[in-house]
Amino acid sequence: MVDMTTTLAGTTLPNPVMTASGCAANGKELHRFFPVSELGAFVTKTVMRDPRSGRPTPRMAETPSGMLNSIGLQGPGIDAFCENDLPWLAEQGARVLVSVAGNTAEEFGEVVQRLVASPAWSCVVGVEANISCPNVANRGLVFACDPVSSERVVQIVRTRVPEGVPVFAKLTPDVTDIVAIADAALRAGADGLTMINTLLGIVVDTDLLRPQLAGVTGGLSGPAVRPVAVRAVWQVVGAMRAGTIPTAPVIGVGGVRTGKDALELVAVGASAVQVGTATFNDPSAPRRVLTELEAEVARHGFTRFTDAVGVAHERMVRL
Amino acid sequence: MSSGVVQVAGEVIANRRAGAYHHLTLVAPGVAELAHPGQFVALAVGGPTSANLLRRCFSIHKVKPSGTYGGTVDVVVAAHGPGTQWLTERSAHDPVDVVGPLGRPFPLPAEPVPCVLVGGGYGSAPLFWLAEELRARGCHVEMVLGAASEDRLFGVVEARRTADGVTVTTDDGSAGRRGWVSDVLGEVVDRSGAGVVYACGPMGMLRSVTEVADAHGAVAQVAVEESMACGIGVCMTCVMPVRGNDGETRMVRSCVEGPVFRGDRVRWDAIGGGITRVPDDAVGAPRAGGH
Repeated sequence: MVDMTTTLAGTTLPNPVMTASGCAANGKELHRFFPVSELGAFVTKTVMRDPRSGRPTPRMAETPSGMLNSIGLQGPGIDAFCENDLPWLAEQGARVLVSVAGNTAEEFGEVVQRLVASPAWSCVVGVEANISCPNVANRGLVFACDPVSSERVVQIVRTRVPEGVPVFAKLTPDVTDIVAIADAALRAGADGLTMINTLLGIVVDTDLLRPQLAGVTGGLSGPAVRPVAVRAVWQVVGAMRAGTIPTAPVIGVGGVRTGKDALELVAVGASAVQVGTATFNDPSAPRRVLTELEAEVARHGFTRFTDAVGVAHERMVRL
Repeated sequence: MSSGVVQVAGEVIANRRAGAYHHLTLVAPGVAELAHPGQFVALAVGGPTSANLLRRCFSIHKVKPSGTYGGTVDVVVAAHGPGTQWLTERSAHDPVDVVGPLGRPFPLPAEPVPCVLVGGGYGSAPLFWLAEELRARGCHVEMVLGAASEDRLFGVVEARRTADGVTVTTDDGSAGRRGWVSDVLGEVVDRSGAGVVYACGPMGMLRSVTEVADAHGAVAQVAVEESMACGIGVCMTCVMPVRGNDGETRMVRSCVEGPVFRGDRVRWDAIGGGITRVPDDAVGAPRAGGH
């Protein structure tokens, strides 16, 4: 029997497995396959202030061991979210990590303000600031490509979220130095980091000889990007361990399909793991990964999940 | 959990050619009992370590709640990519992961009104089962099947067995009347006095069917074939612009709110050239510059 509990900046979860934002809608659909309360946390689809139609279709292209998506943050807006989705999740007993975004730093603040005022707020165990969605018309809006923009958003979100509820900044690997962005987000008040968002890509339709996605570019996800996620977590946690940036919990996400995949992210320092694109292949994937991860942790002789976190940093072969 | 949908480790029990298509029968316990005509199943392809992650969705051709092997589901597959190719190469006893039934079924009329069922290519797959249910309710059922050529028609023999009247069209005249289903639909609607036209097939055909049905005083119920990544409502890739009861257009998921829509609710003006645009008047449509 492994103790699977994990603590993220003061919030203790019964286990470290979560859905990934944008890969699980807001719970009702997956709840038909497993109770969403069995996950460590349920991560919502990114919610913005206003209703948003998203982009034209095709929005999706299959790629080797992955996919490109260009949804464009479609959603009902924060008011409908607080009225319909959050109370439903609360009723199921889910612990909810709410993913938020805004077109401007101030809009992030407005979304959070309305979220905090929701009667169902008590089910919220954290707020994930999506500062790294690539599917926006102006790539300049990818706040996480710039340390100063990252700081401004994180500061505003942190001031509006009550003390004791952690704020996670979700980062993109599409930057020269992810450690610098991580440092900026943490210094601005983020209690933790979620790594990674999708990588920007293009697929060409070889019959029509034009980009397959109507929005041209899309975010690459799935097992194909897992080594990039493992690398990003490795670098950032490595910098924390070396004392060059503040220490904070990391949620690993990117290409997790099995418990073994999750263990890779845990071994390089992730205190929790999100399951994203694999859910499209297998609606039971988040719940299955939890069972498999527990077996993997046990196989290595750990009695507590947390003992496996970051263990790869201590097992490097000295050359 | 009573959720109207199951995920089961299915097994192929038959795979046979049907013209240009493959007709697969899968043992998938639990699906048949829940399914209605117009719903679909989402099949995983390539096994548990497959590099093709996205599910392939197929409308249910027929179901048998119990048989020698347990409940079965039949689908019709056209091999045009690596996933569908893999499916058509399955032999008896090969495993296939099945999620279903999914989506909203064809709504059935409360009164025994005459109906016309229109299938384009293997889009006809769900219509025979629908025809049986309609006839069981006392509806007169006509079928119109069309395709590019004879080998791309599906189920003409079955149609003659299930429907009160069958009209066949092909683009090249290799079977039935030369032309499109929309060329003959108006006269079939008029002759049978149909109140409802059910259709499944490519977008262009569904648009024409809707226009013809409208012009001849019938309601069109169309099942769309949008590409989907998950089939269960979480990926948001299969959206299309549809007008709701409140008159507002929203980008709705064809896997959850569809695949069957009232034809006159679909914003055909936004669909064409392989792209579906977001109409400017849709809820949450992008302002200048897009999003």
